Amino acid sequence: MNTFRRTWWKTAVGLVLTALMLFPLYWMINVSLTKREAVRSGDLYPKAFTLQNYRTVLGDQIPYLGTSLLVGFGTVVLTILIAAPAAYALSKLFVPGRRLLNFLLIVAQMIPAVVMALGFYTIYTNIGILDTVWGLILADSTIAVPFGVMLFSAFMAGIPRELLQAAQIDGASYWRTFRSVVLPVSRNSAVTVGLFAFLWAWSDFLFASTLNRDGGKLRPITMGLYDYIGSQNQEWGPLMATAVVASVPTAVLLVVAQRYVAAGVTAGAVKD
Amino acid sequence: MGIQTPAPAPSLEPALEEQDAETGRTHRHRRRRVRPTTWAGLAFVAPLVAYLAVFYAYPLYENVSMSLHRYTRATFVTGQAPFVGFDIYREVLASPQFWPTVRQTATFVIVSLVFQYAIGLGLAVFFHRGFRLSGLLRALFLVPWLLPIIVSATTWQWMMDADNGILNRFLGVFGVDPIWWLNNEHSLWAVTIANIWLGIPFNLVILYSGLQNIPTDLYEAASLDGAGAWRQFRTITFPLLRPVTAITLLLGFVYTLKVVDIVWIMTMGTGTSQTLATWAYSMAFGKGASALIQYSQASVVGTILLLVALLMGFVYLFVQRRQED
Repeated sequence: MNTFRRTWWKTAVGLVLTALMLFPLYWMINVSLTKREAVRSGDLYPKAFTLQNYRTVLGDQIPYLGTSLLVGFGTVVLTILIAAPAAYALSKLFVPGRRLLNFLLIVAQMIPAVVMALGFYTIYTNIGILDTVWGLILADSTIAVPFGVMLFSAFMAGIPRELLQAAQIDGASYWRTFRSVVLPVSRNSAVTVGLFAFLWAWSDFLFASTLNRDGGKLRPITMGLYDYIGSQNQEWGPLMATAVVASVPTAVLLVVAQRYVAAGVTAGAVKD
Repeated sequence: MGIQTPAPAPSLEPALEEQDAETGRTHRHRRRRVRPTTWAGLAFVAPLVAYLAVFYAYPLYENVSMSLHRYTRATFVTGQAPFVGFDIYREVLASPQFWPTVRQTATFVIVSLVFQYAIGLGLAVFFHRGFRLSGLLRALFLVPWLLPIIVSATTWQWMMDADNGILNRFLGVFGVDPIWWLNNEHSLWAVTIANIWLGIPFNLVILYSGLQNIPTDLYEAASLDGAGAWRQFRTITFPLLRPVTAITLLLGFVYTLKVVDIVWIMTMGTGTSQTLATWAYSMAFGKGASALIQYSQASVVGTILLLVALLMGFVYLFVQRRQED
């Protein structure tokens, strides 16, 4: 208690800094709750309060939200299906060329999405899967798979060898060991990987705007938002209301799964 | 600022023994047959390898191939673009837009990095010694980083509106004339400011966990010796944070270099805000600064970015190796 009393000024400074940092988000919510006539007056709180923007938006955007959910979950499933077994192999079994593969995974995360988008665009045009939801899922998964493999293998490397050997002495095959020992133990990593795969797929603008431009209502929410931006008479109220709606999953995940988020962030650059 | 955080290469110990055996570095094991673990390893890693081949190597191959063939709208459809070698590379390098774009990209990246890092480090040190609510506030700092970039970018666009934006209103209080943030002349600064804001959470989190790994008794010893806060920062915190700093800046560099959406949403890469990545995007899809679709030129710029990414991959590996020693 005593230390807290001595650091109350730090809490005050911290509150001010956080408020400054989050101001753009406050501003977004503020505008989304303001009547059309009053948007340009720039009041510091929604003086001309209305929920009309949200009513407009929910009607328009529900199909896009559905598509985004679908793309998000599809990306999660695909990412984990590919990343988890590979990570098991890379961390616990012998794989020729393991170092090279690890290097490729690092480089893969550094490749600009615009380069990938251009390549995908050509391929998708040729085989005719442009503007499809699963085409977008495949593309979005490339953002998450390398990260997933590395996060999983960093964790799996720490699983005690004895645990796996015990399973094998009991006669379990590699597949069975993987399924009933390695996977259950790695549950937390799976949540972290899934969470980031979902958030990245949900947030993706680049692949959506190139590979799924003309998908009509089967486009993700980022495109629904982009349509508003692209239209000539920019309606800031509904635009900001859409932005708020598009932020909901992030907010929810941050609240319910904060420790997984933190795990994913620091898994990156910092070694234990 | 991009979003990913590459995990470190997994611990090297478990498989090291086998590695030596298979590469035949130790004599005893030279003539070993392929062991069952090898087959299992191959089977488990096969989907990933296939995936990387189809969804990474193939698109990248297409990209490089397009930079060597003259693709236009017509030949893109027919697929009969003539091979022209490095002609398009020469054209792009000689283009009046190339060097200005490189300069703008460099400004965007370097200014972003300097401020993101400085502010992130300041905040990390501030949050380091916990205080009431510090955990909650630190979590809130993450929010901007996890939001869809298109959301933040739209908000910044409105805040930087010349007539009605809150930023100009705020500056107006101090008698500053309205700034046309998003017009050609100032757009580079507009997108850089928004990008700094986007990158602060990443820097904060990474540097904060770097600080956690510095033993506290160092600080205790220093304060017994009478070292003040600034001196402690200069002689303990900063030097011991160097490895984390290197990785943070490296990743920040890569992500800032490749970012498209923040710039594109705010300014469509017009005027001074055109970076190499948005230039490639606009040429590839005929939007923004390039009304024409120029697949080949776009893939030339893309290939240049690709080479930088590859180079940075090596640097990352090098930095990581040096830290392991």
